[in-house]
Amino acid sequence: MASVPPELVERAPSVLEAAPERGASRPRVPTRPAQRWAGALLPGAGQLLRREWGRGLALLCSWLGLLAVPVARGERMLAVLRASRPSVDELVAVVAWVAMAVAVWALAWADLRRAGRAVAPRGESQWSIALRQFRRNRMAIAGLAFLLVVGALALLAPLVAPYDPAAQGDIVVSRYLPPSAAHWMGTDKFGRDILSRVLYGARISLSIGFLAVTIGVALGAVVGAVAGYFRGWVDGVLMRFTDLMLAIPRLVLLIVVIALFEPSLSLVVLVLGLTGWMPIARIVRAEILSLREREFIQAARALGMSDGRIIARHLLPNTLAPIIVYATLGIGNTILTEAALSFLGLGVQPPTPSWGNMISDGRDALLTGWWIATFPGLAIVFTTIAFNLVGDGLRDALDPRLGT
Amino acid sequence: MLAFVLRRLLGAIPLVLGILTLIFLLIHLAPGDPTARFFNPNIPPEVIEQMRRNLGLDQPLHVQYLRWLASFLTGNFGYSFGQLRPIAEILPATVGNTLQLTLVSLVLIFALGIALGVLQAVRQYSWLDNVLTFVALFFYSMPGFWLALMLILIFSLKASQWGWPVVFPASQMVSVGYETMSLGEKIADRLLHLALPATALGIGAAAGVARYMRGAMLEVIRQDYIRTARAKGLPERTVIWKHAFRNALLPIVTLLGLYLPFLLAGAVLVETIFAWPGMGRLLVDAIFQRDYPLVMAASFVISVMVVLGNLLSDVLYAIVDPRIRTE
Repeated sequence: MASVPPELVERAPSVLEAAPERGASRPRVPTRPAQRWAGALLPGAGQLLRREWGRGLALLCSWLGLLAVPVARGERMLAVLRASRPSVDELVAVVAWVAMAVAVWALAWADLRRAGRAVAPRGESQWSIALRQFRRNRMAIAGLAFLLVVGALALLAPLVAPYDPAAQGDIVVSRYLPPSAAHWMGTDKFGRDILSRVLYGARISLSIGFLAVTIGVALGAVVGAVAGYFRGWVDGVLMRFTDLMLAIPRLVLLIVVIALFEPSLSLVVLVLGLTGWMPIARIVRAEILSLREREFIQAARALGMSDGRIIARHLLPNTLAPIIVYATLGIGNTILTEAALSFLGLGVQPPTPSWGNMISDGRDALLTGWWIATFPGLAIVFTTIAFNLVGDGLRDALDPRLGT
Repeated sequence: MLAFVLRRLLGAIPLVLGILTLIFLLIHLAPGDPTARFFNPNIPPEVIEQMRRNLGLDQPLHVQYLRWLASFLTGNFGYSFGQLRPIAEILPATVGNTLQLTLVSLVLIFALGIALGVLQAVRQYSWLDNVLTFVALFFYSMPGFWLALMLILIFSLKASQWGWPVVFPASQMVSVGYETMSLGEKIADRLLHLALPATALGIGAAAGVARYMRGAMLEVIRQDYIRTARAKGLPERTVIWKHAFRNALLPIVTLLGLYLPFLLAGAVLVETIFAWPGMGRLLVDAIFQRDYPLVMAASFVISVMVVLGNLLSDVLYAIVDPRIRTE
């Protein structure tokens, strides 16, 4: 063990700082000019020269990965910029690429500048402790890295994808092609490239996951906070309603509602959100029931604050830790549910690719084309694993009580 | 104990009424009404009007609601437009089929989950423990319907291609010629048909149970009485199985209530894929046929099964842990 006990470490940790040993962070040597120039030319190089391998390699790999896009697809990026009326998707991808490149470069530069600079001593917050805990969890970091890569690929899909996800080509020649160098994941019954569709499907599946969980968390937090804060009959009514919603299996409720209306992307997001708030409401309510008796809330009341202000400014921020944990685990869950809906034909409608409806396409051709259903399924599995790893890591870091 | 069970049963009544109300509201919020499927230029509007009157759709909403509630609670679920026979005739067999599938799956979940969990806890932090933890995470994060397809692909389609000794059937509950089999053959045939769907349905939940069981077992092993048992020289086998295992089993009982909704929801997909004639498949078929009375009845029955499952786990928990009864 190092000599400095954790409670004496009085520096605000940076996002990329890796604690070299358990319980203590090494004081960092100031950056020399040569290292700084190396870092400016090639993000990550400065850190590597300083023998900070972990963050150096991470930065270098992200930079090289981003550089590979214009190298391989430069003509496509130029075409987007030259076009008089570029499609929104492609424009977003180019802008996202620029933003990511700037972000990686700036992150590397700021990290080098920060090294060795004196930081005003201050106490540790719950968040900085949690951050240090989280960074020590290798599985969680691996999950996070995977999610960042998938997220970047999804954003850059119009640039990265080898083919147009809807292009059918000459169907007679190009359908049911097994995985090969030209089509890494093969083609489906219309001759569409599976890899391109998996990349485009990531956009749909991830955004549905994020949006639906955002709706669910917002709703659940409000319901839970109101029930826990006002108690009495408000609590009774809201919690009985929560029990009721929990008694109907989510998938059954979703199927019934979506089938009654016309399935569409916005309806799927909305309904997934409206059926996902119950666990959050229960968690938030339990937290607020105990928080509301504490002195700082009494003080807020004595100061004459309104109920709304007490809930929004003093109670909810203190329930953020379990909410974040649940939301992360919930995104994985929502992606699974969305896939199930799309598989049944009630979610994302073809020809828009989503991982669920791609598996449904593959179902009809299991024997002639095993690759059609296999690869989107693997995409779902690995993305969900990553969300679960990050969620578990956050739980261990943020709230030791929640751990199993 | 009886008082406890009765209290819980009474508590479930408002829940069932609430579910009914929710389903009613959902169906009536939706655009169109049940007669829409009969719209046709050849049918005069008076006939449609008569039909609406016969179905009671011309009544005010609250009258419709009370009538509907009364008929549902007396077991009159109405008439299926899709299958053209009373729903009460359809339900018993399908509920039975779903129960068969979920119960076999439940046995699989708990047997596998508990065995793996104990194994992991006893060998904590060994490579076996780490590998199993990751494998469990893998299955836990897997969509059940995709696993079902992969199982069909490997153990049914490819198995027959490659000439494996055992080829599992990919659909239905029975083989052709089931009627002529002897009892033993019938059971074997049914089990063969159950193998893939029960696995697809249960393996994710088994991974979850293994995780809980490992945690519960580790919790118990750390306690003083286990140290006492070891100190007085009992063989490790006795310590683990007689002293630790029984107490670690307690919290696992509550999982029963947690996994029943999970299984019934999963059954919707798994039954659809394996053409298993149960509630889930009934619901999906009814949806695609726009058979609203059947949709209402099927979702109601599934929800009631969940409520009953939760009730069962409450009661089981009260049996194993007497402190619960006097809350």
